[in-house]
Amino acid sequence: MPVLATTIDAGWYLVLAALIFTIGAAGLLTRRNVLVMFMCVELMLNAVNLTFVTFARELNDIRGQVIVFFILAVAAAEVAVGLAIIVAIFRRRRGATADDLDLLKDPTA
Amino acid sequence: MEYFIFFLAAALALAGALGVVLLRNPAHCALSLVVTLISVAIFFAQLGAALLVAMQIIVYAGAIVVLFLFVIMLLGVDRKESVEEPLKFQRPVALVLGVILFAEVVFLIGHQWATGASSSGTAHAIHGGGAGLGGNVERVARSLFTDFLWPFEITAALLVLAVVGAVVLARRSGESAETVEAGEAS
Amino acid sequence: MSGSRDLLHLAWIIPALPLFGAAFLLLFGKRIGEPVSGWIATALMALAFVWSCVMLMALLDLPVEMRASVLNTNALWSWMPAGALHVDMGTFADPLSITWALLVTGVGTLIHLYSIGYMHGDERYSRFFAYLNLFAASMLILVLGSSFLVTFLGWEGVGLCSYLLISFWFERNSAAVAGKKAFVTNRVGDVGFLLAMFLIFASYGTLNYSAVGPGAHAVSSGTATAIALLLLLAACGKSAQIPLHLWLPDAMEGPTPVSALIHAATMVTAGVFVLCRAHPFLDVSDAGTVVAWVGGITALLAGTVAILQPDIKRALAYSTVSQLGYMFLAVGIHAYAAAVFMVLCHAFYKGCLFLGSGSVIHGNHDVQDMRVMGGFKKYMPYTAFAMVVAWLAIAGVPPLSGFFSKDEIISQAFLRDDYALWVVAILAAAFTAVYMTRLIFLTFFGNERFRAADGPNGPNGGAAVGHEALPVISGGSDDDVAVLDHAAGEVDPDSDPSPTVAYGDPVPEPNGHPPHEAPGLMVLPVMVLALLAAVAGILNLPFSSMEWLNKFLEPSFRGVPDVKPDSFAQGFGLEMLTFAIAACGIFFAYTLYKKGLEHADRDPLDAKLGGLARVFGNAYYYDHGISKLVGGPGRTAASWLDRVVDTKIIDGAVNGVGGFFKLLSRGVQEIQDGHVRRYAMGIAIGTVGILLYVVLWIGR
Repeated sequence: MPVLATTIDAGWYLVLAALIFTIGAAGLLTRRNVLVMFMCVELMLNAVNLTFVTFARELNDIRGQVIVFFILAVAAAEVAVGLAIIVAIFRRRRGATADDLDLLKDPTA
Repeated sequence: MEYFIFFLAAALALAGALGVVLLRNPAHCALSLVVTLISVAIFFAQLGAALLVAMQIIVYAGAIVVLFLFVIMLLGVDRKESVEEPLKFQRPVALVLGVILFAEVVFLIGHQWATGASSSGTAHAIHGGGAGLGGNVERVARSLFTDFLWPFEITAALLVLAVVGAVVLARRSGESAETVEAGEAS
Repeated sequence: MSGSRDLLHLAWIIPALPLFGAAFLLLFGKRIGEPVSGWIATALMALAFVWSCVMLMALLDLPVEMRASVLNTNALWSWMPAGALHVDMGTFADPLSITWALLVTGVGTLIHLYSIGYMHGDERYSRFFAYLNLFAASMLILVLGSSFLVTFLGWEGVGLCSYLLISFWFERNSAAVAGKKAFVTNRVGDVGFLLAMFLIFASYGTLNYSAVGPGAHAVSSGTATAIALLLLLAACGKSAQIPLHLWLPDAMEGPTPVSALIHAATMVTAGVFVLCRAHPFLDVSDAGTVVAWVGGITALLAGTVAILQPDIKRALAYSTVSQLGYMFLAVGIHAYAAAVFMVLCHAFYKGCLFLGSGSVIHGNHDVQDMRVMGGFKKYMPYTAFAMVVAWLAIAGVPPLSGFFSKDEIISQAFLRDDYALWVVAILAAAFTAVYMTRLIFLTFFGNERFRAADGPNGPNGGAAVGHEALPVISGGSDDDVAVLDHAAGEVDPDSDPSPTVAYGDPVPEPNGHPPHEAPGLMVLPVMVLALLAAVAGILNLPFSSMEWLNKFLEPSFRGVPDVKPDSFAQGFGLEMLTFAIAACGIFFAYTLYKKGLEHADRDPLDAKLGGLARVFGNAYYYDHGISKLVGGPGRTAASWLDRVVDTKIIDGAVNGVGGFFKLLSRGVQEIQDGHVRRYAMGIAIGTVGILLYVVLWIGR
């Protein structure tokens, strides 16, 4: 099957990936809702995936795509476990945010 | 033509990303995420990663986001998040950091130090390198089951672990093993 | 000859013996008890004296030019290797130090012997001897030291022992106060010593005497003047010259042997010693004039105070201040050998006078007021004889030692063209003659004022209970023991009045008992000292072939010009002039006091001086002035320093450092606020930072 290869310069993809990554990072720092923070993490992972695939085409190396394969699998596992934790913590609290997870703070302060 | 697809998908991707970050309702955020994921799938297609297109849509958009939506609905976290930011300087610093980060990465893109050498003509090639290598799926499979066999097996174990972990973690405290056994026995 | 030098290296034995004695007696004295502890202390001092004589022999064995060489130094061990400053604990045996060592050990032995009898019955008997030995050791370290710092060690040591011994009967409040006063006043002088040492080190890089002597000319005249004046300040403190003389009269609170040893013969001469050691600085600068005038003024003013004192010991104390003034005068006019000669003779006659007065007080049931004495010659003939000899010596009657030593200084002042000083010195000599004659006549001659007011046969009659007129060989009477114990065992400080009598105090009640002679153990040293006072003049007779002491000390005072009278007639004339003036003084006092006092509370001299009498008698109100100054502005200044500088500034700085760190940590603590997003922020900042570094690294 003929592969749809493009002649678009790799730089475009990379810049776009960087942009998505940045937006995801800013969102991670800014949002308080735990689930939305998680979604921002997924955004960042996607940006990374895009970068890998771009370079795979650029360097003509299949291993870039293989790594994305793994990233996908691990992301899935991570989301499962992460959401389980979130469920465990926030089960009883209504409208809880990340700011409520402050047990790490100095108890005497 | 390609550029048109690229820019369209790019616009969608960015719109989705901004939607995730800026929308108040988490459910809306999840849907924005789907938009972004699909756009990325389009990019994968453009870049000649056929298997990954399928995987992206099936796994990411189909499973992971669904999982997100389940939890959103389960926890009733569909409430709108308030706008003010209690932590001082968090937003401005996040913005500034974002800009700096973007600039740095763009800078690094242009440098050979960050990128690698071409592997054209070797068994790892995506296109070319002989007809006997097959299409994209075959090539990925070959690489996966030869060079990356060990990570592959471990990833399988990881997924099992994740499942078990998720079950254990999400269990209600106080819910004893008897209930589980009762469920199994019946 | 090298054997002699090696022998001189053993000079450290001299201070080691009494030091060992002090340690031994402090540890075991109580168990040994009296009188054995006293004999041990005396024996050690005697041994030290013998060894000093051996050192003298060894020194004489060396040729003259080698006697003050640096080879006579013996560094026992390296005491302070501190960077650029390297000080060894060592001895320097040259004529000056050996002379002083002989003096301290010789007179010291006699006074130790005296104390065995004097301190009999005291409950801290052995501790007294421990302190006396410690004092002797410190003084010997002072004179035998090889550098200014070793001397300073001894300097501080004698200061400490002076404090311990003055307030030996510390249950008496006045004694404790006097001890503190002595120590604090000395301390003021010590600042001078320390600053001088700093300057010496800055100029020479070392504090050894061997370096200072030959190289003194390398120092600028300004620095030399500063060093000399600072050492003068220190010497004023130790030798009780104006303005730091106020402690010596009060120091009479201590037991009389202490007054004799420390405050007449040895410690107070330490100032003179140090100035002699630092003579190179005096030679190249103009500080000598200051020294001489300080000495001269002190000699004169102290003399004016002494003529009116009713207390026998106080009169002798002011006399000591005055005589020390003569020594300073001599040092100031660069007549160093004359000063040393005076130190020796003064030790003999003043020591004799103090010990004699101790016998008088001891025999007079601890009453020190001369207004109720009189006619003691009949009851204590030996002591009287000795003190008369000493009196003649101090007044400057030839051929006793005082004539040759004191008058030598006066003549030197004239010969070196310091005519103003010469006049001051002669006046002071006149006063010396007056007050000493007054003392002797009030005590030993004239009417017997100790009897009760209603006649020579008072209620107790002429025969006192339990007292004898002849010397007792061992021990004092029980009465004296009781009084001493009373003084020693008193708990309430205010109820035990000081036996010292100040000018203006009321006349005490005569106790009616005649005095008795001191025990033989006490009489013997007094007689020996009187003999020495009589014949010591032979050490340095003004005939050029018989100036033994001058010649002996010459290596220590190299480069100092010797001034001789132009002719024998001029020299003789000068001395006769001095003697004539002294004789006038003696005659004047004799006419006033030959019959004693008609009324115990009316001193004829007091009447003659009128208004001046109160000024003289109260020592120009100097003491009161200092008290007002320190108590008033001094106290305000000190409390201001405490409130502002100490509490606010210094404590504030220290606490501020702590407070600053608390602030810092509180700030850092804010980072750990528990907010997960803050931590995420931290991670983001870190990542951006690392990337920034990479970017910069690539970009260069």
